[in-house]
Amino acid sequence: MLAEFAVALLVVGLAAYAVLGGADFGAGFWDLTAGSAERGARVRGLIERSMGPVWESNHVWLIFVLVVCWTTFPTAFGSIMSTLWVALFIALMGIVLRGSAFAFRGESATVSQQRFFGVIFAASSLIVPFFLAAAIGGIASGRVPAGNAAGDLLTSWANPTSVLVGVLAIVTGAYLAAVYMAGDARRGGHDDLVERMRLRALGAGAAAGVVALGGFGVLREDARPLYDGLTEGAGLVAVIISIVAGIAGLWLIWTRRFALARVVAAAAVAAVACGWALAQQPEFLPGALTVEEAAAADATLAAVLIAFVVGVLVLAPSLVLLWRLVLRGRLDRDFRPLGPDRRR
Amino acid sequence: MIGPSQAFALVDVASGLAGTVGQPVDQPKLLGARQMQAMSLAWHIILVCFGVTFPGIVLFTEALWLRTGDLVYRDLARRWSKVMLVLFAVGAVSGTVLSFELGILWPEFMARFGDVFGVAFALEGFAFFIEAIFIAIYVYGWNRIPDRLHLLTGLPMVVAGVAGAYFVIAVNAWMNNPTGFDVVNGQVTNIDPWTTLTNTATWPELIHMLMAAYMVAGFLMGGVYAWAWLRGDRSRRVRVAFAVPFTLAALAAPAQLVVGDWIARYVAVDQPIKLAAQEGLAETTEGAPFTIGGWYEDGEVQGGIEIPYMLSILAFHDPDATVEGLNAVPPEDQPPVNTVRLAFQFMVAVGTGLALLAAWYLLAWWRKRRLPQSKWFYRAAILAGPAAAGALIAGWIVTEVGRQPWIVYDVMRTESAVTQADGVNVGFAVLAFVYAALTVGIIYVLRRFAKRDREADALTTGPEAP
Ligand code: HDD
Ligand code: HEM
Ligand code: HEM
Repeated sequence: MLAEFAVALLVVGLAAYAVLGGADFGAGFWDLTAGSAERGARVRGLIERSMGPVWESNHVWLIFVLVVCWTTFPTAFGSIMSTLWVALFIALMGIVLRGSAFAFRGESATVSQQRFFGVIFAASSLIVPFFLAAAIGGIASGRVPAGNAAGDLLTSWANPTSVLVGVLAIVTGAYLAAVYMAGDARRGGHDDLVERMRLRALGAGAAAGVVALGGFGVLREDARPLYDGLTEGAGLVAVIISIVAGIAGLWLIWTRRFALARVVAAAAVAAVACGWALAQQPEFLPGALTVEEAAAADATLAAVLIAFVVGVLVLAPSLVLLWRLVLRGRLDRDFRPLGPDRRR
Repeated sequence: MIGPSQAFALVDVASGLAGTVGQPVDQPKLLGARQMQAMSLAWHIILVCFGVTFPGIVLFTEALWLRTGDLVYRDLARRWSKVMLVLFAVGAVSGTVLSFELGILWPEFMARFGDVFGVAFALEGFAFFIEAIFIAIYVYGWNRIPDRLHLLTGLPMVVAGVAGAYFVIAVNAWMNNPTGFDVVNGQVTNIDPWTTLTNTATWPELIHMLMAAYMVAGFLMGGVYAWAWLRGDRSRRVRVAFAVPFTLAALAAPAQLVVGDWIARYVAVDQPIKLAAQEGLAETTEGAPFTIGGWYEDGEVQGGIEIPYMLSILAFHDPDATVEGLNAVPPEDQPPVNTVRLAFQFMVAVGTGLALLAAWYLLAWWRKRRLPQSKWFYRAAILAGPAAAGALIAGWIVTEVGRQPWIVYDVMRTESAVTQADGVNVGFAVLAFVYAALTVGIIYVLRRFAKRDREADALTTGPEAP
């Protein structure tokens, strides 16, 4: 029972990271595709303004998942990290470069420097979600055995399921980011940007749907137990919720109700994370360790839950405060297009 | 039911891959992993000094503004808070590197003990959350949130910074002085996950680290403005900007000597072999001397200056006390003496030097109510920051290398913890390159901050009378 709670904590953390961190990565995707310095200046300015205050705290969800995982499922953690280290290390380098480039870009002096940091920021925004998700694909398709680097160092993450999950992570991130940014642009009164982001949201949303549904074919061939888990029982319920939320999200964007679309789009993504966990119950590392086997001692699990409850009592009001200030525009920087006209 | 460590052990045996105690280990792999870990930690820890103390320094400066209405304070607080944001961002990503590395490099360590010390890290995660949230509110909230409320939004980031340091240090203290579990037949059982938080070794380590953080950040910041002072800018802004961080560091420096003595006495009890390595003491000795300088070879320190009875006095406050020597354990259980000893001597030398510099500064302030006027003082002040950073790294080398060959003191050897995956050295090379590039990037951005500072100053206030 305690072990299931611990899994739930991990799923909450993963879903939060997929929704919040994923949108940050998506913003990088739109940064990359925003065009030349002149044409993309306004989109880039919007990205910088939207992300500035929140990306740090969005990033902490990843740390949260890591620490909860090594505390509550230490054996599995050691197995995952050692077998998948190549993919995780590439993602890690992306995280380092991305965070620093974003921080530096805001302070850079010339357009060419801005462009330099901008390209690093944007390119690593693709690398990080892809490789983190590829690692998850490796776990989900049962390619991580228990033990110190006991699995294959390459095929554990370079395989059809991993590629599928990686692409899906990029596309859903782009979708979420476009939805959030359309709302932000509306709030800031930049009507041209609202329309640009709305079209992108529709495009990316549709693409995410196609990849996700097409992906079932891949899973059927490459990861049959996962496929079975997703097409029956609780896993199926999560999939259906995700599909319904996905369609509803597109409709809300079509009719320009961005505030609600935000929530619904986030729910669609979160449902995927839950679906994965439900589909592979009762396994933690499919084929190698069940949740029961992998779980830490009860004393530790209980301690983590207590720590979590205490932590949330402090964290929840803080997050609410941050998001309220952001949504009300109290933390907005003045909007500055990020491009040639910003030489200082 | 199979417990986690059993599962791991079973697989170990089955696959024959694991580096469980006693099996031959792949030395190059271990070396690469250790160097990679050391480099990442050393890089992170310098930024951490800013993450822990910058909030306090900025808030203190803002409070001075609210009390006096003096705009110099406000401008400094605002500008520093932007620097703080950048350094925090880079500190956070370098911390992420460490979290990954704990698993990537030391999977056996995490698999066996992650559930023993993990709660501290879980709480640390929350501390980071709070710090990240309130740093954003504080920095982006300038001029948008009412003044006093703005000051209040800064408080959580100060508390969270210190709390974060506490939780991490608690883990390190636990590695030095492991408690809260039993090892029965090679299995870790009877876990009490809370003892990590109450380990007595944590307190001296934490205070020592906090003092070090104030010294590193305060002296480095002060050094920037000492440079400006030497170049002829004696404006009030430069003097204030020098005095605020430098004073904080100067208060910490003498205190650090006392705390250093305190921590050394803990080491004498909890990890006598580490102390013996620090001092190069080969044999268990009654009334042991303290040797300054020299090189440890053939079981003794050669060419150093010996102060009789001093080590016994320092370690136990008793000239006749017995100090355990390296020979208390077999050679394969001894850490590399010269590395530990030189690092320790360097740290102590710097600590003493900085305490003297601080005394100069504080005396000038106390007697004349003004900053020292000697150029030599400002030259020394420029050096103080890098020296403190060097002492910080040296201190961690004492702690970590001095604990070798153990990753968990007396329980698990480092070689049993390391990953069996190939290619770690490639990762090390890549990370070294990335960190080199980042270091350049940070220096560039900081210099731009400074330049913009000067330009803005020239525009708004013009040159000021000294
Ligand atoms: C500005 C930095 C700085 C300065 C001036 C000093 N230290 Fe230090 N020292 C550290 C920064 C540091 C550190 C990096 O923060 C360490 C590493 C682990 C820790 O808790 O603190 C440390 C560790 C450390 C240890 C090992 C603790 C352990 O293994 O658990 C000892 C025995 C001392 N110190 C003793 C001293 C003494 C006697 C000093 C006086 C002159 C001194 N330190 C000055
Ligand atoms: C506070 C939390 C810390 C934790 C949990 C931690 C953990 C570790 C681990 C797992 C290793 C590798 C195994 C070993 O060699 O024993 C290590 C080694 C090392 N760490 Fe720490 N460390 C901490 C703090 C630091 C800091 C802040 C530094 C800063 C410089 C540092 C310096 C080193 C060095 C130099 C090594 C290599 C020692 C060697 O292998 O010879 N450590 N640490
Ligand atoms: C003495 C050692 C350490 C201290 C005092 C310390 C303290 C801090 C602090 C205060 C921060 C907030 C960011 C900043 O202010 O720059 C931070 C970031 C971080 N540290 Fe360390 N740390 C230490 C060592 C470690 C070790 C060994 C780990 C690895 C497990 C680690 C993991 C992290 C992580 C993951 C972050 C990023 C959190 C975020 O995203 O905001 N730290 N550290």
